[in-house]
Amino acid sequence: MNTLFLYTMSGLALFAIGLHGLIRSSHLLRKILAANLMSSGVFLIMIVGACGTDQVMIDPVPHAMVLTGIVVSVSTTAVALVLVCLVQETTNRALLWQKRKRGQGGRTDA
Amino acid sequence: MPDTAFWAVCLVVVPLFFALICFVRSDQAAVLGLLAAGLNALAALAMTVFFVRSGPLRYAIGGWQAPLGINFSIDGLSVLLVAMTAVTGLSVSMYARGYFSLRIGSAGEINRHGHQRAFFWPVWLLLWGALNGLFLSADLFNVYVTLEIIGLSAVVLTALSGKPAARLAAMRYLLVSLLGSCSYLFGVALLYRSYGILDMAALARLISPAPLMWASLALLTTGLLLKTALFPLHFWLPPAHANALAPVSAILSGLVVKASFYLMLRLWGDIFAQVLPFAAYVLLGVLGCGAVLWGAVQALLQKRLKMLIAYSTVAQLGYLFIALPLIRLDPGSSAWEAVILLIMSHACAKSAMFMAAGSIFLKAGHDRIDDLAGIKEVLPISSFAFVLAGVSLMGFPPSGGFVGKWLLLGVSLAGGEWWWGVMLVIGSLLAAGYVYRVASRLLVFKVTFFSRRQSIPPVMEWSAVLLALLALLLGLLAGYPLGLLEAGSPFPLHACREVMP
Amino acid sequence: MNWGGLLLVMILLSSLVPGLIIFALPEKSNRPRTFLNLGGAFLKLLLILVMIIGIYKGRHFAVRWQLLPGIELALNSDPLAALFSTLSTVLWLLTTLYAVGYLEQSPNRRQFFGYFSICVTVTVGIALAGNLITFLLFYELLTLTTYPLVTHRGTREALAAGRVYLAYTLSGGAVLLVAVAWLQVLAGPVDFGGQPVLASVAATHELQLIVIFFMFIAGLGVKAALVPLHGWLPRAMVAPAPVSALLHAVAVVKAGVFGIVRIVHDVYGIGFAAGLNLLLPLSILASVSIIYGSLCALREDDLKKRLAYSTISQLSYIVLGVSVAGPLAAIGGLVHLVHQGLMKITLFFCAGNLAETLGVHRISEMNGIARRMPLTMAAFSVGALGMIGFPPMAGFVSKWYLGMGALATGKMWVVAILAVSTVLNAAYFLPILIGAWFKPQECTWSEQVVAVRLETRWMLLVPPLVTAFLVVTVGLLANAQISPLAWVKLIVGREFGP
Repeated sequence: MNTLFLYTMSGLALFAIGLHGLIRSSHLLRKILAANLMSSGVFLIMIVGACGTDQVMIDPVPHAMVLTGIVVSVSTTAVALVLVCLVQETTNRALLWQKRKRGQGGRTDA
Repeated sequence: MPDTAFWAVCLVVVPLFFALICFVRSDQAAVLGLLAAGLNALAALAMTVFFVRSGPLRYAIGGWQAPLGINFSIDGLSVLLVAMTAVTGLSVSMYARGYFSLRIGSAGEINRHGHQRAFFWPVWLLLWGALNGLFLSADLFNVYVTLEIIGLSAVVLTALSGKPAARLAAMRYLLVSLLGSCSYLFGVALLYRSYGILDMAALARLISPAPLMWASLALLTTGLLLKTALFPLHFWLPPAHANALAPVSAILSGLVVKASFYLMLRLWGDIFAQVLPFAAYVLLGVLGCGAVLWGAVQALLQKRLKMLIAYSTVAQLGYLFIALPLIRLDPGSSAWEAVILLIMSHACAKSAMFMAAGSIFLKAGHDRIDDLAGIKEVLPISSFAFVLAGVSLMGFPPSGGFVGKWLLLGVSLAGGEWWWGVMLVIGSLLAAGYVYRVASRLLVFKVTFFSRRQSIPPVMEWSAVLLALLALLLGLLAGYPLGLLEAGSPFPLHACREVMP
Repeated sequence: MNWGGLLLVMILLSSLVPGLIIFALPEKSNRPRTFLNLGGAFLKLLLILVMIIGIYKGRHFAVRWQLLPGIELALNSDPLAALFSTLSTVLWLLTTLYAVGYLEQSPNRRQFFGYFSICVTVTVGIALAGNLITFLLFYELLTLTTYPLVTHRGTREALAAGRVYLAYTLSGGAVLLVAVAWLQVLAGPVDFGGQPVLASVAATHELQLIVIFFMFIAGLGVKAALVPLHGWLPRAMVAPAPVSALLHAVAVVKAGVFGIVRIVHDVYGIGFAAGLNLLLPLSILASVSIIYGSLCALREDDLKKRLAYSTISQLSYIVLGVSVAGPLAAIGGLVHLVHQGLMKITLFFCAGNLAETLGVHRISEMNGIARRMPLTMAAFSVGALGMIGFPPMAGFVSKWYLGMGALATGKMWVVAILAVSTVLNAAYFLPILIGAWFKPQECTWSEQVVAVRLETRWMLLVPPLVTAFLVVTVGLLANAQISPLAWVKLIVGREFGP
């Protein structure tokens, strides 16, 4: 039970650290890493859930879900990385809040 | 013998399959995409017909039962939203066919254009398949997967425009979407931990107040609110919707935000309705009021047409959230009907508006609202489409928006909480204000108007105007779609109303 | 759908379809457009005649279309509906003729005539509306379809006027929407001319009913230009003359007044409204509008604006007649619905002629003008004298019944208001007439119509002469069997009858 508790807590901690990183860091690469950290935390908590209270029967469903989740997260990361490259390419910096250009007042496209 | 389930499966498989083919044969993408759109609409029609005949249905794909298999649950709400997606999607596809057949400007731009055309179709079909999957899914984890696909493909579509502002907006959209899905997944994990099941119908029976349940609800809701862009979490929406290409804006504003709102409706209107206190609904309603006011005021202040329309989406989403407390308040089913009408008419009207705005942008070469006077002379049909769509957004009779507003007004007055109704009316007056800002320029007669020599294909103008007309006539024909709702499963809240004090 | 219902729908379609076709026609095709316009107008008139004969024979036409349970669109032909739709149709026909002549050289006629036709459809829709929701539908649509007409000229001033117009009417529409919804929540769907349903809820919800009544008046009062809500009307006079003539003397403002009549007669019922003490505030409001409108008219030098303020004043006669709560006064008020329409449209046609032919917009420029345009000024004089209430013009009949009604119910102050108003009417109309007929010409006019035998184009001249003729005829033949007065007596007889 104690190990499970520890796992859960670590999952929560990962989630919290990731959340903090996602919101606070300015570089886009860091934000993406932080988002990955968040989902890892969630996966950890899900896997812990597979281990029922009696610790005899292992529930296979969370494993399936986490596997799906990992696939989703890998593809999301891939898209995100490409997008960071694109942003870098057009603005010369991989930051979300460009100086004085916040997208809002800028030109819109048809 | 094909039945409801067959067509439902088609609705997910066909777009995904065609997305693949479009990706491989990018030279034929437009034809294939239109073919897929047509097939999709046919499948949606067929499913609706069979649904009317045989009623609601649960279906385990390949015979694999939950929790490991994928289950579909097809009820009136799902059918209506799938149909809405099919109609809107079909007209946007037709519009996109015209839009991407245009060649603009210099050689470099033409190159970019070919790139956009090659990628729009596969990603849009992927998005469409995911939307259908979301509306038909029976369990919350499958919903997560479809939500993630929707989010990713929406981001890719946003970035397609290639402008720095669009790329930045797409990046912000992606991060918000990631955060939202993560939060949602966390909520799902906690739910599974407490109940060992993720099927929505089963959960609705099992839910009971417990700390873990509250935590999971909070996480699910936060994730969905981020994706639905409810004020004050709307910051990402206007730049993303305004900077995307016109067909993409239409899809994002008309359909994508509805997906996450649909889930809110399932969660708050059905699954958790038994345990949630009224105050929670009031909180969402108050945020909705905030959205209506803030979105409208921002829309009034914008200088650019597409930005204005994007802020109007923020405001209109607020409307949907104001309806949530009224659903709870309503002893009958009219608040439900109203929400669904509002969703559908907003989907049609807003898509039509973005499509018309796209044509105007291409013709005029800019979308500065103040300089649009006289565009009617060169683009009469698109201007007309814009004004028609605007009339629907204002909730003028006989549009679907009007009937929705009318029903909600009735519920709020009958329930003694008239302020929600008054808020709706104020919202539509504000909407009239920002629609007027544009319409007064579009309607005015001016002999000379400087425009590019670009000719807009008729299909772009007509698809917009037809969609706008549909939004306007939805009110007159409201009985038919809503009858579908009654023919389907009973209203979710009816089941739990006896439990509620 | 039954045949009677089909007739009502046809009446609406007979101007809607030409309107839509006109939008599809190219700008240059003038002949087909004129043909469509006039053909539609004649067809509509014919259909209305069929309807009136039907009503006279005691038939009842109705059609319903359910959107959702509790939301039903209904068209219904009661005598009041027939009165208002006949008025709109006859005047539409004349105004179309006038507008064809008036806009002969101006650009963007396609849009003008398209909206013009749709606008008349909506007005007749208001007349035929069988319940509150249908009324609301057409009332709101009227706002939308008249906006492009008000801003037709596209000048900065026109756009500003349009903005004010929309701000007023949309807010009014919103208030009306809430009122209708609230009433429906309390009493269920309210059909015009059906069983009075409010009496049953009065015991428990008296205060709500009173509040709802005043919300109705506020919502409808915007279009009816009751005094604190009249600000849009004088500004909207920047519209072309046919628009001012039809819309701001007949369609829009009458839609508001007609709505008030419906609310008082068919929704609340006169007896019930009087029982709740709702009618006295309404008649005070109307009296204030009558006096205030006339006083403002005195100060205006711009002819169309003076006419606009006069409209504010005259419209309130109708409201006053309805709110005095006696059969005679009600006859006076309702018949003024028709009489005021005829007289005011004559005046506006004439004002348009002066502006179009000689470029005269101000009253100070009108001295001696009758020698140049005798026929126009003759028509104008008939309209103006009618407004003042000279016998045997139409206006006299209305005022006579209003006064008699006030005496019959013992409301002496109403008679006083009528007297003061008549003096004021004379004070702002007579100087115009005296100047035009008897004073020498003072300033030079810029002749804008050249080489015509008549004083102006015939299409501009015929409509005001016809309406002026009608003003005299309905006054002279007020007691004939087919006069508006007889019809109004029929309506009022049913309302006050046993």
